[in-house]
Amino acid sequence: MIRVALPHHLRTLAGVDREVLLDLKEPPTQRTVLDALEVSYPVLRGTIRDHATAERRPFVRFFACGRDITLESADDPLPEEVASGAEPFRVVGAIAGG
Amino acid sequence: MSGVRLLVGTRKGAFVLTSDGSRDEWDVQGPLFAGWEIYHVNASPADPDRLYASQSTGWFGQMLQRSDDGGRTWEAVGNEFAYDGIPGTHQWYDGTQHPWEFARVWHLEPSLTDPDTVFAGVEDAALFRSVDGGHTWQELSGLRAHKSGEHWAPGAGGMCLHTILIHPDDPQRMVVAISAAGAFRTDDGGQTWRPINRGLRSQELPDEDREVGHCVHRIAMNPSRPDVLFMQKHWDVMRSDDSGESWHEVSGNLPSDFGFPIGVHANEPDTVYVVPIKSDSEHVPPEGRLRVYRSRTGGNEWEALTRGLPQSHCYVNVLRDAMAVDDLDPCGVYFGTTGGQVYASSDAGDNWTAVVRDFPAVLSVEAQTLP
Repeated sequence: MIRVALPHHLRTLAGVDREVLLDLKEPPTQRTVLDALEVSYPVLRGTIRDHATAERRPFVRFFACGRDITLESADDPLPEEVASGAEPFRVVGAIAGG
Repeated sequence: MSGVRLLVGTRKGAFVLTSDGSRDEWDVQGPLFAGWEIYHVNASPADPDRLYASQSTGWFGQMLQRSDDGGRTWEAVGNEFAYDGIPGTHQWYDGTQHPWEFARVWHLEPSLTDPDTVFAGVEDAALFRSVDGGHTWQELSGLRAHKSGEHWAPGAGGMCLHTILIHPDDPQRMVVAISAAGAFRTDDGGQTWRPINRGLRSQELPDEDREVGHCVHRIAMNPSRPDVLFMQKHWDVMRSDDSGESWHEVSGNLPSDFGFPIGVHANEPDTVYVVPIKSDSEHVPPEGRLRVYRSRTGGNEWEALTRGLPQSHCYVNVLRDAMAVDDLDPCGVYFGTTGGQVYASSDAGDNWTAVVRDFPAVLSVEAQTLP
């Protein structure tokens, strides 16, 4: 199972109070994880990625194993620790604003 | 006994304030959607329990929320606002062309007759409609397709479509207003539109009386006399007696004719309310005194309403969607400030009390008269 850690506002929207667990049929990448997340929680469509372009929203970043992987290809395999469920795939809202 | 429900959108969530017809005591519910910007909450005239709320942040974009029980519970509905076709470009601040980009929903206007039909005014300026209770949205692209569209430019707050007025006797007729493009009208249910800005003069423009480019801040009407429109422009308070075909200034003796909101008394169509602001450079009340101005003559002659409002050291603003009236007699008038106060008057503006004082900055106020 893939663990996904969401920021507060997205947990509230999705109605979850802790990490989300996803059962992926494909190797985990940013794209396959987010696709599966949006299938399980349709309310999150458009909040992490643009509806039309599927591009990441500017103030959203992705972390795995303590590393910022935001700018890596959406189709790169995620680290083995994420694939095995040892570490979560983290969706983070940028620290900005008030 | 009838009652009033105030729907308040703020920088950090929504609030629902409820009172009976006396409007003396208010129950406060919220914050709803805490931490999100709530640009607008509005109710269906056809079903008082049907509410729509525009919820957004710079991080996670636009959400649309719907309640079917008067605000007790909410459901996220459709948040995809896709411009029709290739969006094209409009004028940017520096005069160059800039792609049309959706930012947020500023204003929601439910149909007068169908709770599932609702219009959304968005930034960058466009009008969308949902006929399935907010689940899906389609652009009424005839507005943006007007030949002047490429010349529209944003105001300081963005290029927002903030006013949607549905004619109560002719549902094919609607008036919308865009900052800073001006006012537009459709007479065919939104298929085609034309600018209705004749008589507006804006010194900020190279040619003061051009067809588009005017920074209209808000338009209001009384439904019993829907062809008479009142406008708070960037500068100038204006009036039209012919559904916007022509406008004339009615600023009269106002201490400043700059401001954002404008409202019309529910039972007296010649009674109009504005909140003068010092200038476009200083968005604060003149002399630090918060005054609502009321005209009982359809403009030109204005009186200051001050009882219960701070008359010293007050430097808040009242935004364009943050004033509303109820339908009771005497008419209730309400407004919210950027300082987080919501003021209420249950006697048409003669006396004011702060219902709350410490909300986040208020973006919008709607007043719902309950059966």
